[in-house]
Amino acid sequence: MTQYDITIDGQKVSFTEGQTIMDAALAAGIYIPHLCHHPEFAPHGSCRVCTVTVNGRNTTACNTRAMPDQVVLNNTKELEATRRAIVQMLFVEGNHLCPGCEKTGNCQLQAIGYYVGMLTPHYTHFYPIRAVDASHPDVAIDFNRCILCELCVRASRDADHKNVFALSGRGLKTHLIVNSPTGKLADTNFAVTDKAAQVCPVGAILHKRQAFVIPIGERLYDRQPINLVGDLAQSNPQGATTHG
Amino acid sequence: MAKKLRVATASLAGCFGCHMAFLDIDEQLLELLKYIEFDRTPLTDIKHCGPCDIGILEGGLCNAENVHVLQEFRDNCKILIALGACSLNGGVPAMRNNFTLQECLEESYLNAIGAENPHIPDDPEIPLLLNKVHPIYEVVKIDYFLPGCPPSGDAIWAFLSDLLAGKTEIKLPHQLLHYD
Repeated sequence: MTQYDITIDGQKVSFTEGQTIMDAALAAGIYIPHLCHHPEFAPHGSCRVCTVTVNGRNTTACNTRAMPDQVVLNNTKELEATRRAIVQMLFVEGNHLCPGCEKTGNCQLQAIGYYVGMLTPHYTHFYPIRAVDASHPDVAIDFNRCILCELCVRASRDADHKNVFALSGRGLKTHLIVNSPTGKLADTNFAVTDKAAQVCPVGAILHKRQAFVIPIGERLYDRQPINLVGDLAQSNPQGATTHG
Repeated sequence: MAKKLRVATASLAGCFGCHMAFLDIDEQLLELLKYIEFDRTPLTDIKHCGPCDIGILEGGLCNAENVHVLQEFRDNCKILIALGACSLNGGVPAMRNNFTLQECLEESYLNAIGAENPHIPDDPEIPLLLNKVHPIYEVVKIDYFLPGCPPSGDAIWAFLSDLLAGKTEIKLPHQLLHYD
């Protein structure tokens, strides 16, 4: 297959036709921060954290096709500030209280907050009121922490072929819904072994009875930053059960 | 020797954990005391703060008194530092934001298991609760933020020594930056 080149921060990176900038960067071992991207699923482009500058214009790396001779900027002060603002908005839109969350230390939102140097959420908090769904025997969903990345939607639809999840509503009212007559997870055929149960980058889909299998302080991002240790899914492709 | 910097601290809707973490800088406290002296703080028991160089606040805002203390600090401190998770996003106290204030009071004082003579406290000396818990930067300008629940003694010392050295942009390494 023909190889072409782009540059990312001045470094030559080759790609084959059809690859996105994110694909090319991941293959070359270049870290572009991302939340809604997962290499096994079609890109979604919703979290905006992978914003890069391509030939002078900002765009998302996960769903922009790599084209010959593109000049891509990834590690710049301006992009770090943009990404920080995006992460801050994600934090204030939900209820992301790390000290009270069992996913802390294994949360990609938190890890990317560290990576972009977020010290404060900065914006005014929404403090939305969202109910928790603990109806399922093995999995709980805390909607307070959902960032609408659609990874569970994509995994359930494309890998599990169950269509358990979907996003409903528009704009600020967009929210995750469960495909059952009651809207409860217990009334679906969802199983803890489903791919959709392994892909949540935050603390929204939680495996019950696994919360503190790994103590706080010894978790994936407690000691090393996400650009060095990668995504949760990569570190534990068998499933997230050991990640609380 | 140059005049010592005057430092005030207070815990708003916090648990004093950040103050404990501050004491966790251990023997560095002696080094620190070469450069600073304390104004209002739980350590001196001074009740109101005078003009200060640095104010350090832990905790968010859950009642009217918290807001008054915050205003007093902003009025008197040249540099105001938000210390710890609660000051940044309300923290654990903000978990009550998922309920109405009425529900919280009824659950605590009327329906609580073993409640005797159940009634919601109404003594006029008790500060009125806010409807929601808020971080302090939503009310006044904050100059520096140090996340963590609590931030480690090492993080606090790294931050304070940089600040005392006159650095204006303080960046913590990954090991010292935690939200939990």
